Amino acid sequence: MKLADFVCFEATIPKLQARDRDGVIKELISSLDEAGRLGAAKSAEIGREVIKREKEASTGMGKGVAVPHIKHEAVENVVAAIGLSGAGVDFSSLDKQPVYSVILLVSPVDDPDRHLQAMESVFTHLQREKFRSFLRQCRTPEQIWDLILEADEDPSL
Amino acid sequence: MEMQAEDDTLEKEVHETELEIKNAEGLHMRPAMQFVDIANRFDSEITVSNGETNVDAKSIMQISMLAATCGTKLKVKAEGADAREAVDALRELVEEKHFDEPMPGR
Repeated sequence: MKLADFVCFEATIPKLQARDRDGVIKELISSLDEAGRLGAAKSAEIGREVIKREKEASTGMGKGVAVPHIKHEAVENVVAAIGLSGAGVDFSSLDKQPVYSVILLVSPVDDPDRHLQAMESVFTHLQREKFRSFLRQCRTPEQIWDLILEADEDPSL
Repeated sequence: MEMQAEDDTLEKEVHETELEIKNAEGLHMRPAMQFVDIANRFDSEITVSNGETNVDAKSIMQISMLAATCGTKLKVKAEGADAREAVDALRELVEEKHFDEPMPGR
């Protein structure tokens, strides 16, 4: 699966307002909601569920990235928001370091394979130093989107 | 010299097996973390392959790249003094306990 298949352009935030984990999650969920990607579901409720999931086990995988996620009836296809924080956010990451890039996924409840394919796509790029560093340098949604399109075309990025 | 050779063989013990993902949700993040936790208990180098991608069993980011859905068969290869124990522990987690998660249709 390609990143552009599920990342929502209207929900790419190069400069997150929120400074803490829960705030970042709510901000990203709101942007998906405003983009009309969560249907009639209550975005506040989805946000709470993502935070609950995050408290069970941090999705801060180290190297400055976190991938909070939830399976929810609100969506029929996987959808993702991307947020960047210059200051860094405490996600209780595995390596105890701040998180600068957050990719939040909402996946359908009845399609575990699609969820895994989206995660594969996310981590294939996130584990590359070059992609992480390019992502952190993005200053506009357009730059994030260009990077995503480039990464989808270039397997080495 | 013969003793030396034996020692080398012991240290470079290699065990390989195929493990089938049996839980309905596949190797998503929670089971992937369990997998990585178990792998990290052993000194052996452990790699996992889905046929296309070959990754380090001790890295959660790399394991998340496998997209191992229910029914996927993964090749697990351990090299080191505790290779056999490592492979056995991972088999127990994946195939016997199926990560303590439901199997399809249950």
